[in-house]
Amino acid sequence: MTAANMNTAPALSVEGLCVEFRTRSGIVRALDNVSFSVAKGETIALVGESGSGKSVTAYAVMGILDPAGRVTSGRAMLGGLDLLHAKPSQLAEVRGRDIAMIFQNPRTALNPIRPVGRQIADVLIRHGNVPRREAPEQAVEMLRSVGITDPARRAKAYPFEMSGGMCQRVMIAIALAAKPSLLIADEPTTGLDVTTQAVIMDLINDLARKMGMATIFITHDLALAGQRSARIVVMHAGHVVENAPTEDLFTHPRHPYTAELIAATPDSAASLDELAAIPGSLPDLRRTDLPPCRYSERCPRKIDACAQPLPRSEPGAKHFTACWNPQTGAASAPAAAAPTESAA
Amino acid sequence: MTALLDVAEFSKLFPVSSGSSSWTRLKQRFHGGPEKLSKVYAVDNVSFVIEKGETVGLVGESGCGKSTLVRALTRLIDASDGSVKLGERELTLTPATEFARDPDRARIQMVFQDAGESVNPRFTAFDAIADPLRRLRKLSGKALRDRVETVASQCGLPLQLLTRFPHQLSGGQRARVGIARAIAVEPDLLVLDEPTAALDVSVQVVILQLLQRLKKELGMSYLFVSHDLSVVKLLCDRVLVMYLGKIVESGPAMDVFEHPLHPYTQALVAAVPRFGEDGATRLRLTGEPRSPIDPDPNVCRFYGRCPRGNSDCTTAMPELRRFGTRQVACHFADEFLPASQAKAPPA
Repeated sequence: MTAANMNTAPALSVEGLCVEFRTRSGIVRALDNVSFSVAKGETIALVGESGSGKSVTAYAVMGILDPAGRVTSGRAMLGGLDLLHAKPSQLAEVRGRDIAMIFQNPRTALNPIRPVGRQIADVLIRHGNVPRREAPEQAVEMLRSVGITDPARRAKAYPFEMSGGMCQRVMIAIALAAKPSLLIADEPTTGLDVTTQAVIMDLINDLARKMGMATIFITHDLALAGQRSARIVVMHAGHVVENAPTEDLFTHPRHPYTAELIAATPDSAASLDELAAIPGSLPDLRRTDLPPCRYSERCPRKIDACAQPLPRSEPGAKHFTACWNPQTGAASAPAAAAPTESAA
Repeated sequence: MTALLDVAEFSKLFPVSSGSSSWTRLKQRFHGGPEKLSKVYAVDNVSFVIEKGETVGLVGESGCGKSTLVRALTRLIDASDGSVKLGERELTLTPATEFARDPDRARIQMVFQDAGESVNPRFTAFDAIADPLRRLRKLSGKALRDRVETVASQCGLPLQLLTRFPHQLSGGQRARVGIARAIAVEPDLLVLDEPTAALDVSVQVVILQLLQRLKKELGMSYLFVSHDLSVVKLLCDRVLVMYLGKIVESGPAMDVFEHPLHPYTQALVAAVPRFGEDGATRLRLTGEPRSPIDPDPNVCRFYGRCPRGNSDCTTAMPELRRFGTRQVACHFADEFLPASQAKAPPA
C-alpha cells in the first residue's frame, strides 16, 4: 500500500455486492453491500470466520456461484468490464487470462485423471497464446518456476501421486500460467504444514511481485494475513466490517469484532487465560428481521445508533469501519493492546 | 511422580509393495523364495514418558508419524516393536482387537480431529457419549442418563442438544461431544489429535480453555497432537518434535519454542506467522523430505533439507542427546545452545 498505488486505477473494484441463496428453509442473505478494491500490484486479505462470506465473494467475482446463489445487486469492475453482468463468453475469456483463482483443496480442484503437465498446458493453449506444440515444454518451465524438483518427470504425474504441498504448487502454476493481472487465493495453505505454508506463501508473494499482479488472499488466519498483505478487509456475516491498512488494523482496530478477533488469536497472548472468546455466534442469515449491523447482537459496544443503517464507505477512505461506536485509540481498548506489544 | 505412560524403543513399520509386478511377487512366493517387502518406517525407535497430570505436545508436519504413533499408543493398531507401558501394564502384548474389550481400554481415550467425521452420524449426541459408558462401564437406564448428563454439562454442552444428531450441531458443539465422549469413562490419559484444527479462532479459544479446565478438575494427562505451534505453546508443559518417524527434540514447551536447538524445530518455529512481522526474511526449508521407505539407518532423516547439515550427517545418525531438561538429536545442537547451557555434558 503506497501512495503510488492509490493514483492508478484499481485492478478490481467491488461495489455494493449483494448475494442471496435460495434454500428450502428460506432466502440466505449471504452478502450484503460488500465493497472493496484492490490496486494494481497490491496484496489484500479477506479475513473472517467460516460463514462470513469470504469465499462467496470470490465465487461471485469469478462467476462460479452455486446455481442456488444469485447476485442481486452490485458491480465488480475489472478494467472496463463488469464481471457480475458479463456474458458467459466474455467471462470465459477473462477467467484464466486476466483473473485466476487458487482453490482451497488442490486435490479436489485438479483434474484427477489428467497429468498435471497437461493441465498446465491446457491453460497455456487456451489463454496464453502458446502454440499447441510448445505448450508441454512451457508447462515444464512453469513447474520449475513454482519450485518443483525434477519438473520434466513430475509433469507426467497425476495429482494423486503428489503431496498436498506439491499439488498446491501445481495449482499456482495453472493459475499463473497465463500471467493474470489479478489472483484470488482462497485459503491456499489451509491443510498444509506451517513449513510448507511459509514456502507456498513466499512463492505467491514473489511471483506476484515479479509479475506486478494484484492478489486477493482469503484466509481465516489473521496472523498470516497480517504478515502477507498490505491491507486487510475483515468480514462478518456477509458484511465488510473493517477495511484498513494492515499496520493500522492491528495497532488500532476500530470495529469491536476486529478487536475481538485479534484478542482470540493465540499469537497475541502469552497464556491461555489471556485469550478472549467472542461471545455469541453468527446470526441466522435467513432471518427477515436482521438488524442493520449484523454484529450488534454479539457486540459489547452496542448503542442506540446501531439501529440505523450502517455508515457507508467514502471513496478514497484509508480506514473504513462499519460501526457507529468504533473504538478510538488503543489505550481505551484492552483487547487492542496485546497485538501492539507483540508487534514491537 | 510415577510415569503414567512409558514408551520405549517403539516402532511401527508398514509393508509397501516393492515395485515389482504382482505376478513376479506371486512367483517368488510360490517358489518359497524370501519375499522382500519394503517397509515404511512410520515410527522408528521412539522413547518418551508422560507423567501423571502432565500435558505433552506432539508436533511435526503431516506424514511424520504423529498419527501412527498416537493410534498405536491408544491401541487402535498394533506395534511392530518396542514396549508401551501404562502404569504397570504392558499394552503391546494385547492385540488391538482384544484390547477393545479390555477394562484398561477406559484408561486411554482419544479425541479425534474432526468430531463431525468421527462421531457416528446415526447416533444422537446422547448415544455418542453413552456408547463407551455402555460398553466399558456396563451402565444403563437411570445411571447411564445421569452420567451422560454430568459429562455433558462438564463440557458445557446444553442438555437439550443431547437429542440432536451431529449434522444438527455446530463445529464447537461437535467438538464438545467428542470431548465428552472421551472423558465419560474417566480416562487417565486423553490423547487429543488436533482437536481444534477444524474450528474458527473464536471457538478454538473456548475449546482450549475447556480442555485446560477439565484437566485441572479431573487430573488427566494429555497427549496433545497438533501442528499449530502457538496452540501447543499455550497448552503444553512439555513438547516432542517429530520428523519422519523420529523424535528430533523434546523439552519444556517454552524453552523449545524460545530457543529451538534442532534445525528442524528452528524452521518450524520460524514458519509460524506472527502479527506485525515480515514473513519473507526468515528461515526456510528447501528440498524434498527424504523417503520414509527403507531409510538408510546411518543418514540423518533431516539431511537434504537441513540448512546446517554436512557430510557428517550421512555417516552417522544423530542420537538423542541430553542438554539439561532437553533432548536433541543433532550433531550440531551444541552450536545452538544459549551460552549459559553450553557446557552441559552430553548424556
